[in-house]
Amino acid sequence: MSRLPQMHGELIDRQRTVEFSFEGRRCQGFHGDTISSALAANGVQIFGRSFKYHRPRGLLSAANHDVNALVQVRTAGRSVPNVRADVVPVEPGWDICAVNTRGGLASDRLAVLNRLAPVLPVGFYYKAFHSKRWFPRWERMFRHLSGLGCVDLAAPRRTTAKRYDFCDVLVIGAGPSGLAAAVAAAEEGAAVVLIDENLAVGGSGLYARGGDDHGAALVRALSARAGAHPRIRILTYTYAAGYYADHWVALVMRDCMVKMRARSLIVAQGAYEQPAVFRGNDLPGVLLASAAQRLLYRHAVLTARRVAVLTANSEGYAAALDALAHGAELAAVLDLRPTPTARSRAAADELARRGVRLHFGVQPIEASAQSSGRLACFEYSSAGTPRARHRLDVDGLWMSVGFAPANALLHQANARLSYQLALEQFVPAWLPEGVYACGKVNGVYELSQRIDDGRDAGACAAWQLRSGAARARQSAPASEECPTHPYPIFAHPKGKEFVDFDEDLQIRDIENACQEGFDSSELLKRFSTIGMGPSQGKHSQMNALRILSKLRGEPIEQLGTTTARPMFHPVPLSHLAGRGFTPERRTPLDAEHGSLGAVWMPAGNWRRPEYYAVAGQSREQAIAAEVAAVRTRVGLIDVGTLGKIEIHGPHAAEFLERVYTGRFANLKIGMTRYALMLDEAGVVIDDGVVGRLAAESFYFTTTTGNSATLFREFGRLATWWRLSVGLVSLTGHYAAFNLAGPAARAVLRAHTALDLSEAAFPYLALREGLIAGAPCRMLRVGFVGELGYEIHLEAEHALGVWRALLAAGKAFDIRPFGVEAQRMLRLEKGHLIVGQDTDGLTNALEIGAPWALKMDKAFFIGQRSLRILERQPRRQQLVGFRLGAQATARPKECHLILDHGQIAGRVTSVGFSPTLGCCIGLALVSPKLAAGAQLRIRIDEGKQIDAEITRTPFYDASGERQRLAQSA
Amino acid sequence: MKLMTCPINGPRAISEFAYGGEWREPPDPQTMDDRRWADYVFNRNSLPALKREWWCHTPSGVWFIAERDTATDRIERTYLFPPDARPAPPRLAPEGRS
Repeated sequence: MSRLPQMHGELIDRQRTVEFSFEGRRCQGFHGDTISSALAANGVQIFGRSFKYHRPRGLLSAANHDVNALVQVRTAGRSVPNVRADVVPVEPGWDICAVNTRGGLASDRLAVLNRLAPVLPVGFYYKAFHSKRWFPRWERMFRHLSGLGCVDLAAPRRTTAKRYDFCDVLVIGAGPSGLAAAVAAAEEGAAVVLIDENLAVGGSGLYARGGDDHGAALVRALSARAGAHPRIRILTYTYAAGYYADHWVALVMRDCMVKMRARSLIVAQGAYEQPAVFRGNDLPGVLLASAAQRLLYRHAVLTARRVAVLTANSEGYAAALDALAHGAELAAVLDLRPTPTARSRAAADELARRGVRLHFGVQPIEASAQSSGRLACFEYSSAGTPRARHRLDVDGLWMSVGFAPANALLHQANARLSYQLALEQFVPAWLPEGVYACGKVNGVYELSQRIDDGRDAGACAAWQLRSGAARARQSAPASEECPTHPYPIFAHPKGKEFVDFDEDLQIRDIENACQEGFDSSELLKRFSTIGMGPSQGKHSQMNALRILSKLRGEPIEQLGTTTARPMFHPVPLSHLAGRGFTPERRTPLDAEHGSLGAVWMPAGNWRRPEYYAVAGQSREQAIAAEVAAVRTRVGLIDVGTLGKIEIHGPHAAEFLERVYTGRFANLKIGMTRYALMLDEAGVVIDDGVVGRLAAESFYFTTTTGNSATLFREFGRLATWWRLSVGLVSLTGHYAAFNLAGPAARAVLRAHTALDLSEAAFPYLALREGLIAGAPCRMLRVGFVGELGYEIHLEAEHALGVWRALLAAGKAFDIRPFGVEAQRMLRLEKGHLIVGQDTDGLTNALEIGAPWALKMDKAFFIGQRSLRILERQPRRQQLVGFRLGAQATARPKECHLILDHGQIAGRVTSVGFSPTLGCCIGLALVSPKLAAGAQLRIRIDEGKQIDAEITRTPFYDASGERQRLAQSA
Repeated sequence: MKLMTCPINGPRAISEFAYGGEWREPPDPQTMDDRRWADYVFNRNSLPALKREWWCHTPSGVWFIAERDTATDRIERTYLFPPDARPAPPRLAPEGRS
């Protein structure tokens, strides 16, 4: 491990070593090292292979802005793909290897693809592999060849908590301007959260030093103030992944996501240093100057012995001084500009004084590699001698030619940005309320000016929160030099000048895409995939725009940038995945059903017993036996999933009259009535039963699936109509079950003192009384067509009463029955299920229930539309049908009804009735067919069968069984 | 996530609210002709503008009107319906007077 002497402010702890391995080689780092810095300290030059051509790649940004340093980490039984070596701290025992190589990093067999590059032009996949037939084969091949790390399919499922947090001012980025902003806002009284994606605060203020410690000391003092301030919370190793409405920011930490609601937001994310584009700019050893400085000052690692600095700004000169200060041999400083600016002048003089060669007007030609793949020499021409080809033998080339602002979050917050030629970068031109930008992202580069800019942003944010009024930001100082070269792009006849390191895109790929007509920033991105890799264009988008701008002869401002959507960095899926927030609902009897052998089915948000399994019986047999129990003896079903609502108040009856098609004002206390609900278009949307508890109190039910939305809608209607009513949802509060069958009264009698005689408790009556000691509300209803009592009671008593009834029913061979049996029982009675036998277009006139429509009422929802529909021919009609007892072919729900070969309807419900011994069903058919005697049904495999149209109910047409007392 | 101010419960996350459609002048079904009735039932004005909309704070069941600019998704103000209604103190018993 090779390290420089101790640096002031280094992040490593030299007392604690970390042993790990890379590609099988044993390595050693210190606590506080990232994977990248530890590898660099161990002399590792090649970190990975590129995505497409499998070229060797090394350190580029050391800042999570590129994908050269994606690794697979195996540790303690887990294998984690695509770990970002630049930012993830290395841990003891990690077994690390590069992603997507065949036969290891050093001798990757797929490196042959590099030689195939000339026959793999931009858009190659689109053009060559569009055949539907062959695509799956190509897809498999390319997934094998390109792709990144390997997903560990045996990885344990990890649930990652989401945290919620709040603050007055959220400062994103703890560089000099962010620190200053946080301190200023906190001193004005705001509660501040300051976040930074690095392991420590300070940002470039601590590593872009220029060989002396003056600026860093300033930033350290600022960090200390921020750290000591009671109103500032600092979160390091945390990045803002996305901005959402009203200053809601997703913060991604190591182990969880924090959803931060801020009252205002200061974006101080700085700028990404941009690579120069020339042949060989991707060789290991060619890296951003800021990357070299990060390693130098944070981890005391010098990545090369002999260095050249390619620059176009004073930041590059500062990096050159940093290299000199720490013992690197500085081969030359190569300035793309014809002369140094005033801001670079002092450093240039200092370098010249120390004997460093300075070249101006430099045009890079190419960088070439030694056999190991790492940088060997750099060739260029310069202004003085444009024809001469200079050659420098170096093992490090530091690029400092410009920056692109990290403004993704500003884009997401809807800021308007404009391109400033004086800076060659986008800066905010308009910011939404409560959003501020400062530092490099705001176009301010000089250290003291960044601190000023941050302080002003922080003070403005706090002022606005306190006073509610906006205060104008001080205007950004004029820049002394342009930190970014307008066109650091140097084509080479043999190509391999990489614009996008993620996707291996060269200059001519951009040119070709434009030539093919994909010449807007959005189209270029989609066709060439530029900026679509894991680094999302952080180092490629601006250079691509510069090339596009030149090709089109239009200024960058006019081209516009592509939208930077969340996430800002790739986020582990485990951070995003969570528990579902639509829990399954269970009735109070759920456990009891389980012990009775229930086979479950979903019903809305609920789970309900489809039927109760019986040993030795098939599903069909078990259901038929449940049906038979209800028809001949007695059965018990849990109907607690129904929507259960009470309405009270002087306008309660009026409300129900308006909502439902029936009449409720004249409903006697202690009686119930069927209720049908329509929408404004006359379409059937729900049904249930309304019972009157008192003059101004009703109890009513809705279908299971609609209970929540209808309860809410009832609230809206009551508000809109300004009716004086109170609505109470008892859906979760009450349990309900239906005791049905000829012996129902006898079973109930065993546990209640209530007079159950026909005279005292007739059909459709509602009574309240005790069953097995529990207060219950009983409704004598007939959904399944037998003597039946729907018992509603508080959930806590449900189990006791259910068990008491089953016990009392033993003498009658009682059987609990499930949803399937209930469906058959109601089908035998011809009762429709809203949503199954009707759809979103079925109006109330089509379901054959004219008795339910009180058209002479003053008003009900849908009445006006029905008046119109009444005058029009029917579109469809609900009819019953039956098949002969011998028929073996069975239609299914949604099978088509044909009329001379044309579709004329569909089956809505169908099943084999054990009671009737034949197959019966309901169908929505054309009025013409409904008037006939037969239906032709197209069943599975295109077969056609005939069914006989039958009047409903199929069973007990007179309703005698449910209405009259049976002597049981 | 967006915030919305419930006239009773104050600013809450938008996930606590349900949209209830644009508030439209209730027509008189008795006097309105068929064509205009069908227009009321089936057609909605989708032009971006400042709209009055029904919103419900679902945990508390409070329905109210939000004036929202559908071009910018900016909620200008929220108030109980009808606009002159005052927030009523919470009641435990059902209201007894009209």
